[in-house]
Amino acid sequence: MAYILNTDDDVALMLRRIGAGSIDELFAAAPESVRLKRLLDVPPALGELELTSHVTAIAARNVGADSRVCFLGGGAYDHFIPAVVDQLAGRGEFYTAYTPYQPEASQGTLQAIFEYQTLVARLTGLDVSNASLYDGGSAVAEAALMARGVTGRSGRIVVAGSAHPESIQVLKTYLANLETEIVVVPQRDGAVEVSEVAGAIDSRTAAVIVQQPNFFGVIEDVSAIVAAARKAGAIAVVSFDPISLGLLRRPGDYGADVAVAEGQCLGNPLAYGGPYLGMMACRESYVRKMPGRIVGQTVDHHGKRCWVLTLQTREQHIRREKATSNICTNQGLLALRASIYLATLGPRGLARVAELSTRKAHYAAERLASVPGLSLAFDRPFFKEFVVRCSVDATSVLAEVGRRGFHGGVALKRFFPEMEDSILIAVTEKRTRDEIDALAVAYDESIRAVRS
Amino acid sequence: MNDKAPRLLFEKSRPGRGTDVIPRSDVPDRPLDSLLPASELASNLVPLPELGELDVVRHYTRLSQLNMAIDSHFYPLGSCTMKYNPKRNERLASLPGLASVHPYQDESTLQGILELLYDLQGILGEIAGLDAVSLQPAAGAQGELAALLTAAAYFRDRGEKRTKVLIPDSAHGTNPASAHLAGFDAVTIKSDSRGLVDMADFMSKHDDQTAVFMITNPNTVGRFDPQVVEIARALHDRGSLLYLDGANMNAILGVVRPGDMGVDLMHYNPHKTFSGPHGGGGPGAGPIAVRASLAPYLPAPIVVKRSDGVFALDYDRPKSIGRTRSFFGNVGVLVRAYCYIRAQGPEGLRRIAEHAVLNANYLLALIKEEYPVPFGDRCMHEFVASARGLARDRGIRAFDIAKGLIDRGFHPPTVYFPLIVSEALMIEPTECESRETLEEFARALLEIAAEDPEKLHEAPVTTPVCRPDEVAAARSPILIHPEASRAGIER
Amino acid sequence: MKPTDLRFTRTHEWVYVDGDVATIGVSRFAVDQLTDLIVIDLPEVGRKLSEGKSFGEIESVKAVSDLYSPIDGEVIEVNRAVAADVQILAQDPYEKGWLIKAKIADPAQVEKMLDHDAYQKAIAEESH
Repeated sequence: MAYILNTDDDVALMLRRIGAGSIDELFAAAPESVRLKRLLDVPPALGELELTSHVTAIAARNVGADSRVCFLGGGAYDHFIPAVVDQLAGRGEFYTAYTPYQPEASQGTLQAIFEYQTLVARLTGLDVSNASLYDGGSAVAEAALMARGVTGRSGRIVVAGSAHPESIQVLKTYLANLETEIVVVPQRDGAVEVSEVAGAIDSRTAAVIVQQPNFFGVIEDVSAIVAAARKAGAIAVVSFDPISLGLLRRPGDYGADVAVAEGQCLGNPLAYGGPYLGMMACRESYVRKMPGRIVGQTVDHHGKRCWVLTLQTREQHIRREKATSNICTNQGLLALRASIYLATLGPRGLARVAELSTRKAHYAAERLASVPGLSLAFDRPFFKEFVVRCSVDATSVLAEVGRRGFHGGVALKRFFPEMEDSILIAVTEKRTRDEIDALAVAYDESIRAVRS
Repeated sequence: MNDKAPRLLFEKSRPGRGTDVIPRSDVPDRPLDSLLPASELASNLVPLPELGELDVVRHYTRLSQLNMAIDSHFYPLGSCTMKYNPKRNERLASLPGLASVHPYQDESTLQGILELLYDLQGILGEIAGLDAVSLQPAAGAQGELAALLTAAAYFRDRGEKRTKVLIPDSAHGTNPASAHLAGFDAVTIKSDSRGLVDMADFMSKHDDQTAVFMITNPNTVGRFDPQVVEIARALHDRGSLLYLDGANMNAILGVVRPGDMGVDLMHYNPHKTFSGPHGGGGPGAGPIAVRASLAPYLPAPIVVKRSDGVFALDYDRPKSIGRTRSFFGNVGVLVRAYCYIRAQGPEGLRRIAEHAVLNANYLLALIKEEYPVPFGDRCMHEFVASARGLARDRGIRAFDIAKGLIDRGFHPPTVYFPLIVSEALMIEPTECESRETLEEFARALLEIAAEDPEKLHEAPVTTPVCRPDEVAAARSPILIHPEASRAGIER
Repeated sequence: MKPTDLRFTRTHEWVYVDGDVATIGVSRFAVDQLTDLIVIDLPEVGRKLSEGKSFGEIESVKAVSDLYSPIDGEVIEVNRAVAADVQILAQDPYEKGWLIKAKIADPAQVEKMLDHDAYQKAIAEESH
């Protein structure tokens, strides 16, 4: 019965003032026939200490990145989170506030979002950003919807088959009933062929979507794909890894019209898949078709610089069925964490994370390629993630590697049945040379164990 | 709140400043262009601000102090259920065994979290009085979309093509927006003089083309619509479905189960009903619950318990609508909801609804003389008062009242929503507030009603800024800091 | 154009007829109701119009309103100046602030519209 402050005396006094005989009477509008005549069948209440013990015991039955060395990626990464991110975003003044509808009571949140928008614009090399979307997958779908609005074309969306398979699934779900054809250009040896992408674009194509680095960690010839999209009058959408921009060219630098991302890697915990952060930046001319909240700068009554929610007529609470998107609640707290992360790392810190992840991934690839029974799947440049083929059953090998203290990689069979021998391995700046060396040993032993 | 406006991160940046949080390299140093194609490498560093750690700490600490929040202020923002966010839940959700779990771990390493999520599916099904639950949607609006796509798939599978979704004019804007995105025509149903569904209008628009009726019950004016039973019957007679927007579940927890009032599918807002922090705009979550006949179409995966007691993810759902997002769901929010529900138990859940309704009715009783409530003297967990008379007689609009409340130390209620009440003040106190707080808030409202309008038009005066020019912001949008360097920083 | 020479709809559009060409705009009353116009979305030349159907949108800070065509016809000219700067409409809804010109398909539709006096009466009722 925690969190309720009314005492029995309060209740009696309040009911008197209301003019009701009982609390039950206040529910009189609900017909007897629909009232629940029993208590809910849910477990009994736990006090704080009991709840803590209960949930701690549940947590202890997970074996997370805290207790096994983590080489898992595929869109969610075990990057280091500086202490300041948790400490600052953990301030109740941030996390127990809501959408800043009342600007005078929310300048902190508003300024933080305005700074986030600026950081994302600078990170992507594009003009503007919104205040966040749900996650990387739905950001891809929202980009496709926005492209339909901007181009007035709704015939087709072309998407690289090397993009995250879950992003493609989300795209298909979102557009399922909108009569837009989704053409997935197949990946070949870990990347798409530019000519095949270009061949799929027609005059009804609203958007061409490509992921850089792609789901396999491979660097795509993204400039050529973007150019092909724009030549056909389609919107070029690039799904990027924010960390990669510490090293790689920014989407805006090579002509992308819209950039979207999964922003988990920017200071957000793995948390079994969410809440994460959907990022979206685009050209300024699209802004009235953009989904989600947007903060703008203005001046107050006394001429002082300040911030407000703006361009709200795009949104569902005003435009209803004609809104640019149905999104309302977003991922404000995760966007705040991403901002604190980027502000803490700065340009050199971000470059350092990207560089270390690349170097360590390449070191790991080299070490693993030398393990008998493992080989690199693709002869292509990659960023912090790569695919190995395993000469014995990949799932069994990963289980053995797990027993040796590693989350050794993601078996790609779960996404691509034909890639049953393939494992996706991600390496972040957190992994040490010793851990990578030990992973190679673990794979070596595991393959032998499975063979025997 | 003192008066000095903080500068932007970008204005505090000084070339050469930085932090030291990233390790040195312990692997062989090779030229980067031997690892990555030179053509893809950026020539410059990303133009981020250059700051020291103390700069960052002071900056964000200062920003936080410019907010009103539940931890510091009464926050009766109607429709948003701004209840206390228990600290224990924050601590528990950040336990390493929950926060550091990767979404693609092997299921054998996920047994704790899968069990928690499995139990939560069951609990949400029981509270809803419905048979099956998907925890995947990322927020209420995505839950609406997922549920409507589920309904569309259900009809398609039955060989029916239904085009219409009926939505009351008092509904949240997400309802029509989601209906449109799911490929339906959103058809508006009028409210009657009591603020309830206009049954004549409903009956005239309901036909064999109706796929779903989206009801919010209690609705956005804080009234329970008893016609729901009749509406459900009329819908079911023609094979249509009844959807519940679960935004207002706080009012009926353990008192009325949506399934028992004829609802076929619904979404929850755990960040409202089950105390997830609102995070300055999010994250939320949007689990959906449905009747068994709709279960095959739910998003995949669902957590199942195998006969050997092992928890697993069921992707083998051939009729599923697919995914509405990447990975499992907003698990961090769901964990907090689970903790909250487990702290309450069956009696506690019912008490939440009882005290939410008691508090709202008490506040209504305290202010109704000055702030008429067009839709009646009683309410559920929230009510909508109108400042129409004050606006007409004294020039005090809902907007001015909101600003006056800020000066008196209260976060304002939702204003100008729902659209069917002019000069609307939508007030939701939640069960967590004390009688004293409600009385102080009522006093502030009554004081404002008697205030010199000229003075109120200048409010707020206690905040760092006053009445930002929203027209200028929308006419010439400045959406990023204009002086933040666009060019990269040299490596 | 003098307001008294115009015909009006109940949704606050006005029409001025010159031969088979209708000039279409929105009334002063509507402009004042919307307050603080931000942006207007007008159709392309060649777009077919249907009586009572939307041909564009007008936005203020927190509202969006459809512009409803008073007639069937086809757009032959669009006021680019207003499309670029909606303040022209706010300042001068009956002259510089006209929105589109259209070829009239059915002159009888114009005859059914309200004249100035009837429109004044209609908005007087609406404000109560």
